[in-house]
Amino acid sequence: MTQTQAGTVAERRPATPPGTPAGRPARGPGRRLPRGNYPAGFAALLWLAVVVIPLYVLVISTLQDRASYLENGPLSLPTSPSLDSYQRVLEGEFPRYLLNTLVVTVSCAAIAVVLSVTVAYTVVRNRSAISRRTFQLFLLGLAIPSQAVIIPIYWLITELQMYDTLMAVILPTAAFSLPVSVLILVGTMRDIDEELYESMALDGASQTRILLQLVVPMSRAGISTVGVFAALGAWNGFLFPLILTQSQENRVLTLGLYDYIGEYRADIPALLSAVVLSIVPIFTAYLFARRQLINGLMGVGGR
Amino acid sequence: MSRHSARADAVSVPHAGRPGLAWAIPGVLFFLVFAAAPMVLVGYLSFTDWDGLGSPSWIGFDNWSRLWNDDGMRNAVWLSVLLTLCTWAVQTPIALLLGVWAAGRQRYRAVLSAIFFLPLLASSVALALLWRTLFDPNLGLAADVAEWFDLETADLLGSSRGAFIAIVFVASWQFVPFHTLIYQGGARQIPRSLYDAASIDGAGTVRQFFSITLPQLRNTVITSSVLMVVGALTYFDTVLILTNGGPGDATRILPFLMYEEGFRTFELGYASAIAATLVVIATGVSLLLVRLTGFTRMQSTREGL
Repeated sequence: MTQTQAGTVAERRPATPPGTPAGRPARGPGRRLPRGNYPAGFAALLWLAVVVIPLYVLVISTLQDRASYLENGPLSLPTSPSLDSYQRVLEGEFPRYLLNTLVVTVSCAAIAVVLSVTVAYTVVRNRSAISRRTFQLFLLGLAIPSQAVIIPIYWLITELQMYDTLMAVILPTAAFSLPVSVLILVGTMRDIDEELYESMALDGASQTRILLQLVVPMSRAGISTVGVFAALGAWNGFLFPLILTQSQENRVLTLGLYDYIGEYRADIPALLSAVVLSIVPIFTAYLFARRQLINGLMGVGGR
Repeated sequence: MSRHSARADAVSVPHAGRPGLAWAIPGVLFFLVFAAAPMVLVGYLSFTDWDGLGSPSWIGFDNWSRLWNDDGMRNAVWLSVLLTLCTWAVQTPIALLLGVWAAGRQRYRAVLSAIFFLPLLASSVALALLWRTLFDPNLGLAADVAEWFDLETADLLGSSRGAFIAIVFVASWQFVPFHTLIYQGGARQIPRSLYDAASIDGAGTVRQFFSITLPQLRNTVITSSVLMVVGALTYFDTVLILTNGGPGDATRILPFLMYEEGFRTFELGYASAIAATLVVIATGVSLLLVRLTGFTRMQSTREGL
């Protein structure tokens, strides 16, 4: 796929802004040095404020105690900052929700990776009409909104006797992450050189060995992107757990947060602490998996 | 297609290490059962009467004729269209500007981009909870803002128009980073030589933006717009938590109406008809957008380079 190739070429480009957008007119012809772009820079600073202020209020509010939040509002610096509100949340059901979410996230990522690797391998390497149709099927799947099919899925899950289990959340969530995963991996696997396949085939390698020793190592970047995306989608998913689970023991984080609206009606610092606690694991993961996430998303625009 | 496979077609040894279709079967089956079959089933269910407990019973076109005459449905369609247009109009200029700006490879731009990205990581639920707290007219940030600007009321979510604006704002706040990244990726692929040639010809930054950047980003704009449209038609988490469809029915968009009919009043047949409408509208709008803009012809924006 050209997008990944162009992407790597772009990486090697010198450090100059390729597209300096709406800004002041150039002072003269032939200016080739990178210009500062004040209007866009100003817009970026403005957006920075729009992004950072709510996040600042979020964090600062969690450090207050209930009474001082009610009295002084969200913007005031806490007079005696404390982590009590976090403690209140962690002593409740939060750890259980976190554990459930972890189970769902890891399972979804694993299912998505294994199934999309095998599907993409077939799509790329099997040249029959059926494999082309298979790819088209998954491409169509990109456009299915999960809301649109939640009722039949609810039906399916109750018929399978899986209502109110973590499995009920895992299966549809993983299925809905497949189209993007297949798309990403087909792009990555197309870039593997044909000669490598041929030399392995000449050595008499089986399909399984070619997959495990050539295709998987060569598509590591794509596979980690797929894993990260599937995990993020599962971690943040709300509709499937909302409809397909009920009891507290099978509650995931997003559903738990929704529930806290009632439970912490009078305890805003605790409510917001729960929000922070639900985000922290992803922010931490983001620090490590930033490249996979960003490259995957940027690739979308490079078509 | 990449250069590799084009060349490979010419020289490949037949059947050299080609996997059988059996490899794809688990993935395809899984996808068919949990994603594709439900698409078909939603059509079937829309012709049935079902309370979620027994089994669905066929009632023909009753749901559809009821849907056609339902004022709540008309309101929901109108709100969904309006929401789509508004979020598109708000997000596109911001994401375009930020994305092209972030495509520059200066260190500080990379740092700011990393911060811009943060809202995208959190769930819509977490963000909607945050904004719900901030919009609280008595305790939230809204109270302070109303005081600074001497506004009559701080209760944004209390008025129909205010609640709608709040949804547009929160959705944009959440998804601008995603589209910024898409534009950043697109802008980075524009050949540098185009800008060099333009500067030699004396074109200024504004001129360059409108004559090079924007036309070169045509496909990116389409991709991002399709994703925005499909996204806006399916905002549900935000609406449920921020406004619960209210006040009145001011933010009762299509997916929310479907949720209410299906899982609050348990008329799942009728809700399926709403869901099917949602599918038709989402697919229709995306196809229209793609067709109108000539995306299917797959013209390269790099032609003649």
